[in-house]
Amino acid sequence: MGTTGFKLGVRSAAFALALCGMSHAADRGKGPVSRQSIESKIEYCLICHGTSGQGFRGYYTMPRLAGQQPQYIENQLHAFKEGRRLNPIMQNVVTGISPGMIQPLAEYLRSLNAAPHGGGPTEGAGLGKRIFEVGLPDANIPACAVCHGPDARGTRQIPRLAGQLYWYVTKTLTNFSRERGQRGEDSSGIMAPVARNLSPAQISAVAAYVSSLR
Amino acid sequence: MNRFALHLAALAITLASTGPLLAEDDLPIRNCTFCHGVSGQGFMVAPRIAGQRPQYIENQLKSFMAQVRDNPYARKYMHNASANLTPNLVTGFAQYFASQAPRPADDGDKNLLATGKDIFENGIPSQNVVACVVCHGPSAEGVRQIPRLGGLSYLYVKRQLDQWNEGYRQAAHPMPKVAKFLSPGEIDALASYLSYVE
Repeated sequence: MGTTGFKLGVRSAAFALALCGMSHAADRGKGPVSRQSIESKIEYCLICHGTSGQGFRGYYTMPRLAGQQPQYIENQLHAFKEGRRLNPIMQNVVTGISPGMIQPLAEYLRSLNAAPHGGGPTEGAGLGKRIFEVGLPDANIPACAVCHGPDARGTRQIPRLAGQLYWYVTKTLTNFSRERGQRGEDSSGIMAPVARNLSPAQISAVAAYVSSLR
Repeated sequence: MNRFALHLAALAITLASTGPLLAEDDLPIRNCTFCHGVSGQGFMVAPRIAGQRPQYIENQLKSFMAQVRDNPYARKYMHNASANLTPNLVTGFAQYFASQAPRPADDGDKNLLATGKDIFENGIPSQNVVACVVCHGPSAEGVRQIPRLGGLSYLYVKRQLDQWNEGYRQAAHPMPKVAKFLSPGEIDALASYLSYVE
């Protein structure tokens, strides 16, 4: 899609979503969110997360948001706000996201269908596929597919992993408990022991595999 | 040590990708330093290229050659200056200037340092200004194709941000979208801060 087409797409989708965002926000008495402010916020998100939400590799790796489960996006934004997930950049970003914006943003991001970012190593993808599909029973690693789905697209609060950037998956599994599940329990706690039991080579293999999935 | 490792890595990449690195004697460095200053430290409107990311230098040279980078000074000087570059020269210049130690220009308004640093590190979430640090790194050192900004002259950084808002360099995604949320005062503060970053 050309830039103009993309802009138009963003505009019309954002408009439709802004309208449902407005009704929801009004329902909760949090005041209306203007179409303009939703459009600008989407543009702002995609500056870092890639034009089509496919993720972007800067000094830090910005994860793919395209096709992500709305419930997961909402949970993470709340986790940043409440300090349950530690990330200085995103904890700043959420100060500019009002409650009424969250749902329209999450719905818009789910509608994006970018091809995987790619660029990571492909070594170990075979081992990664095996871990993803059947797990490593001897190391207490369950099959990722049980929760994340056979196509790695997630469901409800369980995130989509398909097409996620290799470097982001690697980082997430490497420092899982230092970033997530702070200040009390949240649903991410279930991943902490799994991440702990994976070796660096196994993490790399799983990351290589899921990053290649559409 | 870091710099030494970087040189080794750069050399290895060059050897692997394009055959032997051109010896400095064979590189017409003076064609560059005539405007970009002795050891590439920049002069007037020609930016510092010393210590710049080699991948960024290569990309810019190719962009000048293809006349994609279209800001006025690029059109006036760099389109011609780059017209006859060979792939070996592009790589040679990029490796050579990337390996020169950069010195900060220190020419911004010191009263704006705190504001500039705050925007660089935190952005301005309420007005959709992203934090520069996420791509350019904590010391504005850049990485891969993303340029080092630390120590570039106040005027150069300010002009680039202004020019994105004037419609130039639109291919340099995502910078046109970043710049459009910045006010003139915020551009001033960022350019001032960056000029002092080592």
